[in-house]
Amino acid sequence: MAETDAFMQFLLRMGDNTLILGHRVSEWCGHAPVLEEDIALANTALDLIGQTQMWLGLAAEVQGEGRTADDLAFRRDVWDFRNVLLVEMPNGDFGQTLMRQFLFDAWHSILLNRLQSSTDTRVAAIAEKALKEVTYHLERSGDTVIGLGDGTEESHQRMQAALDYLWPYVGEMFASDAVDVAMVDTGIAPDPASLHSAYDQLTGRILSEATLTVPDTSFAHKGGRDGRMHTEHLGHLLTQMQWLPRAYPDAVW
Amino acid sequence: MYAQMVKSTGQGVTPRDEMTPEERAFQDRIDRGDKIEPKDWMPEGYRQTLIRQIGQHAHSEIVGQLPEGNWITRAPTLERKAILLAKVQDEAGHGLYLYCAAETLGVSRDELTEMLLDGRMKYSSIFNYPTLNWADIGAVGWLVDGAAIMNQVPLQRTSYGPYARAMVRICKEESFHQRQGYDAIRKMAEGTPEQRRMAQDALNRFWYPSLMMFGPSDKESIHSAQSMAWKIKINTNDELRQKFVDQTVPQAEYLGLTVPDPDLKWNEDRGQFDFSEPDWSEFFEVIKGNGPCNTDRMAARNKAWDDGKWVREGLLAHGEKKRTRAKARQVAAE
Ligand SMILES: [Fe+2]
Ligand SMILES: [Fe+2]
Ligand SMILES: [Fe+2]
Repeated sequence: MAETDAFMQFLLRMGDNTLILGHRVSEWCGHAPVLEEDIALANTALDLIGQTQMWLGLAAEVQGEGRTADDLAFRRDVWDFRNVLLVEMPNGDFGQTLMRQFLFDAWHSILLNRLQSSTDTRVAAIAEKALKEVTYHLERSGDTVIGLGDGTEESHQRMQAALDYLWPYVGEMFASDAVDVAMVDTGIAPDPASLHSAYDQLTGRILSEATLTVPDTSFAHKGGRDGRMHTEHLGHLLTQMQWLPRAYPDAVW
Repeated sequence: MYAQMVKSTGQGVTPRDEMTPEERAFQDRIDRGDKIEPKDWMPEGYRQTLIRQIGQHAHSEIVGQLPEGNWITRAPTLERKAILLAKVQDEAGHGLYLYCAAETLGVSRDELTEMLLDGRMKYSSIFNYPTLNWADIGAVGWLVDGAAIMNQVPLQRTSYGPYARAMVRICKEESFHQRQGYDAIRKMAEGTPEQRRMAQDALNRFWYPSLMMFGPSDKESIHSAQSMAWKIKINTNDELRQKFVDQTVPQAEYLGLTVPDPDLKWNEDRGQFDFSEPDWSEFFEVIKGNGPCNTDRMAARNKAWDDGKWVREGLLAHGEKKRTRAKARQVAAE
């Protein structure tokens, strides 16, 4: 795989994760269980969209075809998206949204931490800035998972159901392919598999404090980060997100 | 204005010689420009009027998330999405400051929320209008935040300390929202023919509802007279509405958009615009619950509250468990 191609794929993976998750979280706006959560969810979405601007901005620059971050966000179809399946899963109830956030934040923070020493200074700079935000996301989502897991019987059951539902989407974050090999060779990014034990440690600690049981399965749904097979959910999300710029392609907003 | 037709004591202003000594001393402090603080003595009418006013303002910020939130998932660029998210986050923050200010008067946020959800308390009529195209998001910032600022800037000098201080923080952000809204609708007005059409359509639909935000004329209102004597209302509704029209019409002209009022014209003698009153019968229908979105807005808020019950209870139960465990650890250590 050509180096630029691989780098571009890597940047799309980063930017599409934050774009799609940021969009999902923004769907909550005005509907959260308590005012503080409305604020926190909007803030998380805002951070993720800001990170998207940086990752996809760099992706467009690396691609060198004169496109912008907006072109990448709003003019690609499902098969060109490179986010992991986890982030496109529907919000469900508040518990499912926060469990998804926690499972992603844990991975995201470990990865960003490593990316701070990327050989590509632009990647390192984005990672450094994003990590500050993501550290806070993880603190919040982790605390909420603990609070609701170890809350009432109902909240416990709901959080366990959310974990059972989402756990099969965790494995994809640690899969490796030719893109990752190229990233490791150039020192741009670590091998995803190398993040796994830190992740298990971190999530294991929080989930046990939350009195939740990690499902006894290593099965992993895949197909998002290589675009081979997204879930049915992504198309609906894009329909909404991309509608305006596609319906009025000549407009400047 | 986010608080409309706030009822005061309904008795009119008590003449000075009929005031109790406490009331007289209180009114003197207000007249001197002192700030009233939560621990200070205050007439029950003052407290209740403020609770209604601040509560209505807070509810407006909360319900106001919905018409704008309606477009967050359809914002046309990453930048616009970020701006809108930040704005809606600010509005929720305004709600939080205001509930905190109301709490200093002895009413809890949960009590106020219950009163909103069962219809005992109101929120601004403006949020019962729909946002139908992207230019509406610009129009809301420009006109709705613009009208809110007209009312809230003078309220920075209101007599109740916590309310005045909340207003100082809020006003800074509202004027930022207004500029961003104007910028967004300007892009539309200067854009393609379709974008222009959206911008004009937004102005057509939001013009009169924005004028309604100030409430009907209150020159004769005993409620307003009392509120003004207490300095929890600074200007009459008509004064603020006129100021808003005078500020906004030139901005619309600059955009090349037409204000939907054939009788709008500059009055040389008054140095102000003459303009048509909104349809007040429509306003009273909206207040009664018959606006285009009342039912949906309240259903959305009620659903959020009901669906969130298990979350609030779960977090509360966890907090309780943590305290119990900490206590047990302390006992064991002793
Ligand atoms: Fe506000
Ligand atoms: Fe507002
Ligand atoms: Fe605002």
